[in-house]
Amino acid sequence: MSDAVVKKFMFVNRKAPYGTIYALESLEVVLITAAFDQDVSLVFMDDGVYQLKKGQQTKGIETKNFSPAYRALEGYDIEKLYVDKESLAVRGLTEDDLLVDVAVLSRAEMGALMDEQDVVLSF
Amino acid sequence: MLHIINKSPLTGTTLDSCLNTAAGGDILLIEDAVYAATSGNVFEEKLRAAMGRFRISVLRPDLEARGLADKIVDGVSQVDYAGFVDLAANNKTCQSWL
Amino acid sequence: MKFGIVVNEGPYQHQASDSAYLFAKAAIEKGHEVWRVFFYHDGVHNASKLTEPPQDDRHIVNRWTKLAEEHKVDLVVCVAAALRRGIKEENLAQGFRISGLGQLVEAGTKCDRLVTFGD
Repeated sequence: MSDAVVKKFMFVNRKAPYGTIYALESLEVVLITAAFDQDVSLVFMDDGVYQLKKGQQTKGIETKNFSPAYRALEGYDIEKLYVDKESLAVRGLTEDDLLVDVAVLSRAEMGALMDEQDVVLSF
Repeated sequence: MLHIINKSPLTGTTLDSCLNTAAGGDILLIEDAVYAATSGNVFEEKLRAAMGRFRISVLRPDLEARGLADKIVDGVSQVDYAGFVDLAANNKTCQSWL
Repeated sequence: MKFGIVVNEGPYQHQASDSAYLFAKAAIEKGHEVWRVFFYHDGVHNASKLTEPPQDDRHIVNRWTKLAEEHKVDLVVCVAAALRRGIKEENLAQGFRISGLGQLVEAGTKCDRLVTFGD
């Protein structure tokens, strides 16, 4: 699938996984958007950083553990993953707690990046 | 960019996050976010402090529905749905902070 | 200008669908085009023709149908989200169609602006 227009799509993830479906659905749209050959960025901020926490075990809640999918994103040429530094800090997390390599940005850097986008979808 | 907020500033961090992150531009408060634009609310000070960096508007029908049309903070613009459309059209991108 | 709209929440539970509808109507009144409305997550419930609100309440589903008929608005319901929630062709309201997430991406690429209403 290809589309003549290439736009910069940013997916802003601000919600924790499992409590609501948004994190999972965001991943679905991200994969489809990449399949349409668009320029894709993912942002994780506020409770959204919990989506990337290592060691998720969902057997006890009888829900699919979709966290391995974040590691598979690279295979779809989705490599722009940005995490808000302050969101990690106030949650007692560091980059070592995350299951994928990300770029950790300050709030100001994140804001500047948002301004460069053509389409911003929030989950 | 147009930043659209729909949550009360007293139940979540959405508006705070937007104010701390976004580079500037327009902010439109809709649905439960209209409470942020009312005088006497503890968020008023933060909202006033943000006015230098952002143009802040509130969706008047949402404010009226909640009985707060007479409590709007000075300096906040009021728009109807047509004004909402203009804000979206006049900014290159819009981001709903859900 | 060409607008795309995303609705993420169901009718009557959350204001998102009302806000989206009033935005769409205002955009059309101002001479813009609402090219597509994409219903995602619980937003797919906006497309159920089994919806029966009390008589003194607004009919959210019929309101979307009327907008689609009068202004050629393409109302698209996400197939995966719909099937999960029991929305199928057999209970799909007039004016809506079921399709894939590619339709959301296409709204992003083809529209001048994409506005999301959700929780």
